[in-house]
Amino acid sequence: MIELKDVHKAFGANRVLRGVNLTITGGQSMVIIGGSGTGKSVLLKCILGLVHPDAGQILLDGEDAARAERDAFLARFGMLFQGGALFDSLRVWENVAFRLLRGLKARPKAEARAIAIEKLRRVGLRAQVADLYPAELSGGMQKRVGLARAIAAEPEIIFFDEPTTGLDPIMAGVINELIREIVVEMGATAMTITHDMSSVRAIADRVAMLHDGVIQWTGPIAEMDTAPDPYLQQFIHGRATGPIEAVR
Amino acid sequence: MIALTSPLAPVAALGRVVLAALASLGRLVLFAASVVGHITRPPFYLREFGLALIQIGWLSLPVVGLTALFTGGALALQIYSGGARFSAEAVVPSIVAIGMVRELGPVLGGLMVAARVASSIAAEIGTMKVTEQIDALVTLSTHPLKYLAVPRVLAATLAMPVLVAVGDSIGIAGGWLVGVNRLGFNSAGYLKNTVDFLEGWDIGSGLFKGAAFGFIVATLGCYHGMNSQRGAQGVGRATKSAVVAASVLILAANYLLTEVFFTS
Repeated sequence: MIELKDVHKAFGANRVLRGVNLTITGGQSMVIIGGSGTGKSVLLKCILGLVHPDAGQILLDGEDAARAERDAFLARFGMLFQGGALFDSLRVWENVAFRLLRGLKARPKAEARAIAIEKLRRVGLRAQVADLYPAELSGGMQKRVGLARAIAAEPEIIFFDEPTTGLDPIMAGVINELIREIVVEMGATAMTITHDMSSVRAIADRVAMLHDGVIQWTGPIAEMDTAPDPYLQQFIHGRATGPIEAVR
Repeated sequence: MIALTSPLAPVAALGRVVLAALASLGRLVLFAASVVGHITRPPFYLREFGLALIQIGWLSLPVVGLTALFTGGALALQIYSGGARFSAEAVVPSIVAIGMVRELGPVLGGLMVAARVASSIAAEIGTMKVTEQIDALVTLSTHPLKYLAVPRVLAATLAMPVLVAVGDSIGIAGGWLVGVNRLGFNSAGYLKNTVDFLEGWDIGSGLFKGAAFGFIVATLGCYHGMNSQRGAQGVGRATKSAVVAASVLILAANYLLTEVFFTS
């Protein structure tokens, strides 16, 4: 379980997070929605320790993330980055097996390659792709490789940062389905950041809306459409008028 | 805050610039100290070290060699024509040799490697930063400094003395070629003069300088790459800053090392 208690983060005068409180229970798929620049990615980076919160507490199974042993803490996570963030200088299989070739879960090279190819198959890519470089792949294939890398070490918690950004609707649907299948199959806890409503509906068990640095609304996906919150309704229906200023 | 119209405004502005420069220097020194601190601590990324050795050492050989060859030849011509003013043409072999191994070999080699390597390191790491590859490294339990900076800094520090040695040899050969073919020196006499005149410390000091310049080049490339701002413009600025800062620091370090080695 991940708990965020009154998390604050500012960059200079820009107060991005102003007291975020959120609980993500184990095995659940939580999707964070919110407009561009509302701090969704900052929130995710705070949990991973890529950005240090100014105040507040982040607990992972009751343990303070700030005091946890770093390698063991990070070993529990997998992450799919918005742009894939694949390492250009490494072949596809080396990207997927990156964690398996180093650190706590290091395996022999041949075994790591076999696991990488198996994970590539799991995300719908052929074994021939394994020896290509990321620059030789399309955007959709790069996302799939990023997904394969995120699940390669079978983490307990997987983060997805804008998983369908820049993809055509069909490829976006494929990625959404894959994420849902993999999360269910692995029994992992998932946290996804998106403003793509089709992703929200495909992936989420629960939804939280971040607005003005706080969680504006949170609840099960089934209640999202009928919730009376005007911010949530404006956002999910993409209305230009409402309590959220269109020009921020 | 002092108003712009105050007579102290220029002093305040100067103070801000000095403070910003000192803060940057402090960050750079802390970064360099952190890199050095990580060199001896596992994990060691041997594959990345090997690739860096090839990139920084082996692939810099042509540019360093050509620079040294032409510099050695031009140096021979200059010393010959300058020496002719007081009938000292015979010193060409010894001055070419000492000039190459003590100063021109390490400094020009360092500057050429700065242009080639600091820029490529800063651009590569800067691009990794803006495309979240460095964040990805962290989430994959890999320390970016250890994985990216340590192999490059270590490789540059070890490869530069070798590059300097090769550059020295080629530079002296350039002087010999011009001396024998254009200035009428006897080949064996030229080489004997060169060998007799050089002392071990002449060569050693140049190699030491090379190691220091290699450290400077790679450290500044990594530092500016890791502190690159967003977008293509940010990466471009990081690349430019890395080359300029490395070049200036090489020249400054060269002066300091020369003071330490040859004036005490």
